[in-house]
Amino acid sequence: MLGTTIGASALAIILAGGALAQDQSIIVQSTTSTANSGLYDYLLPIFQDETGIQVNVVAVGTGQAIKNAENCDGDVLLVHAKAAEEKFVAAGFGTTRTDLMYNDFVIVGPAADPAAVSGMTDVQGALTKIAEAGALFASRGDDSGTHKKEVSLWADTSIDPTASSGDWYRETGSGMGATLNAGIGMGAYVMTDRATWINFGNRQDYVIEVQGDEDMFNQYGVIPINPAKCPAVNVDAAQTFADWLVSAKGQEVIAAYKIDDQQLFFPNAPDQ
Amino acid sequence: MVLSGDSDLLEIVVLSLRVSLTATAIACFIGLIVGALVAISRFRGRNALLILMNALMGLPPVVVGLLVYLHLSRSGPLGFLGLLYTPTAMILAQTILITPIIAALSRQILEDLHAEYAEQFRSLCLTRMQTIEALLWDARYSLLTVGLAGFGRAVAEVGAVIIVGGNIDHLTRVMTTAIALETSKGDLALALALGIILLVIALGVNAAVQSVRMTAARQAYV
Amino acid sequence: MSDTALTLSAFLSRPAKTTSILPLSVRDLVLNFGETTVLRGLDLDLGPTGCTMVMGQNGSGKSLFLKLLHGLMQPTSGQIRWGENPAEKVTARQALVFQKPVLLRRSVAANIDFALKARGKERTRRDGILDHVGLLDKAGQPARLLSGGEAQRLALARALATDPEVLFLDEPTASLDPASVLMIERIVGDARARGVRIIFITHDIGQARRMADDVVFMHGGRIIEHSPASEFFPDPKSDVARDYLNGKLVV
Repeated sequence: MLGTTIGASALAIILAGGALAQDQSIIVQSTTSTANSGLYDYLLPIFQDETGIQVNVVAVGTGQAIKNAENCDGDVLLVHAKAAEEKFVAAGFGTTRTDLMYNDFVIVGPAADPAAVSGMTDVQGALTKIAEAGALFASRGDDSGTHKKEVSLWADTSIDPTASSGDWYRETGSGMGATLNAGIGMGAYVMTDRATWINFGNRQDYVIEVQGDEDMFNQYGVIPINPAKCPAVNVDAAQTFADWLVSAKGQEVIAAYKIDDQQLFFPNAPDQ
Repeated sequence: MVLSGDSDLLEIVVLSLRVSLTATAIACFIGLIVGALVAISRFRGRNALLILMNALMGLPPVVVGLLVYLHLSRSGPLGFLGLLYTPTAMILAQTILITPIIAALSRQILEDLHAEYAEQFRSLCLTRMQTIEALLWDARYSLLTVGLAGFGRAVAEVGAVIIVGGNIDHLTRVMTTAIALETSKGDLALALALGIILLVIALGVNAAVQSVRMTAARQAYV
Repeated sequence: MSDTALTLSAFLSRPAKTTSILPLSVRDLVLNFGETTVLRGLDLDLGPTGCTMVMGQNGSGKSLFLKLLHGLMQPTSGQIRWGENPAEKVTARQALVFQKPVLLRRSVAANIDFALKARGKERTRRDGILDHVGLLDKAGQPARLLSGGEAQRLALARALATDPEVLFLDEPTASLDPASVLMIERIVGDARARGVRIIFITHDIGQARRMADDVVFMHGGRIIEHSPASEFFPDPKSDVARDYLNGKLVV
């Protein structure tokens, strides 16, 4: 039969593929911002050298990362949406949440700066000016950590931007990179985490317009998935990874990661 | 990365080919048998089945990805297999995506060929198995094109593999998910370069099949 | 190639059969397509040997009658008995050559191998058969690049390779040049001489005269006449057959 040999070899390849899932490996459900910043490319080889544990990163929006983790499709959750993370732990999906590090958000915009917000450090004031000018603003609109942060900042201004959704407020429903590409394409202001922005390759004439407000700090937490909910979790390796990240060594490595001499993440784990 | 042909790129290209070629092989195995059986059979509900087969050719990759994710998720019915975020999961998703394409297109080709051969085959008293075998063999060069259509769809889709594979570096990153990643990083030049490599690979595979077909056509085997 | 018939008998023996599928008896055979009646009650008896030529205008029902006899179709009513057997039970002991040869998209040799394998025969017979029809030197060539005459000889070789007890031919030489026609007739004549029962549809009156032991003449879905060749050609019993032989159009 014509297909028999093809089928047999296909089966062999599949079985070989299944064997790739090593025992000493874990899956980290993570945000795109940490992955796109290049932090993992720098940090994970050091961790693997020390422990022999292979870390596989699935980078999606914080909302989807938490949902994937709730489906037990991961061993460690590493995101930046504190309220949602605490809810996740309270519901029993995670064992403990530990502050890991922070970076900050910035608002980028075209050099022309139609809302005249350049140099502002008061983020609520800047957002108000953007809204009053009716200048385009591109939002993630995807329930990610960045999106949640942005929504909470708007809430402080008593402006409801979603009332102007589709007008000057543009919700892309996409990841950070795609939203930056879209925002730059349409000349809109975009709120992004600094790490993604420093790493972003398609900046064109865009510059950081607003930065430095403490409200724009972006706290990351690390949570091992709870084996009580997800028996298949690789508990030991997951705990090893979480412990290493918040250890003196892990924090040192995070602080040492720089692009163009700029530090991207600021470790702030509580002393062990 | 592109010009230096570094090992990361090679790894991505090899994984792309491995996943999509394997999916194509499995889809051909299943799809050709289904296509041949439907081509030579007459039964109640056949027309409904044909409509279904043709409709499934348009399955959105994201939907396939979601369905496979929900099954392979550790909280899903097949979660115990531990296949999510492995190349096997990607092969599975692409197989589901393109099997209907192989089945529907091969059904049409084999049915046309069977119209020509049917009386001769009945005169020779062939069994169903012998009929299917002869049809598949005699249509082999046309079916190569069907396989190509399936491979083309598999290797070019991103929606399914990014959900079930997770785009994990050195494990499940393929050409299309790498392109999506570089685009999201704003590195449009690299994304485009990767796209060109994908195009070149597709061209190469098509050219190889085309030359086989032309040789066959000269012998009136098509 | 005149001596090949003898060579051929070395490997093409009459099939060793338990009970013969001859004679043939057809009783009140009717075939309807929906509302249309295409065969209107045929009766026919054919003896165990010889070559029966089936003649009649296009649309008289010859080809459908052949397919019913070969068991490729089911009649609406009536009976076909090959010896003790219904037609659909003996298809495998017969072979049919169509007007347009249906050749597989393979080499000449592979076309023969295919039929041999389908009937569970030894592949070693292949070259002798190809030699017999004058195609041995083309064994490796693609079958579908053969000329019309060669293609029909291959179809005939494939039919004979299966050792049929009955060989049906449906206008096999309709579109061939005279030399090819004579080669086909020689091969069919050899088969008949070995005892294969021949049932042969033709419009070629000269061919019918050369080949026939008896003639079945059909018209409008009926058998008008079944006579020995020696009676049919000099003195057909019916007016339609007489007009047909004289080349007149009968409506």
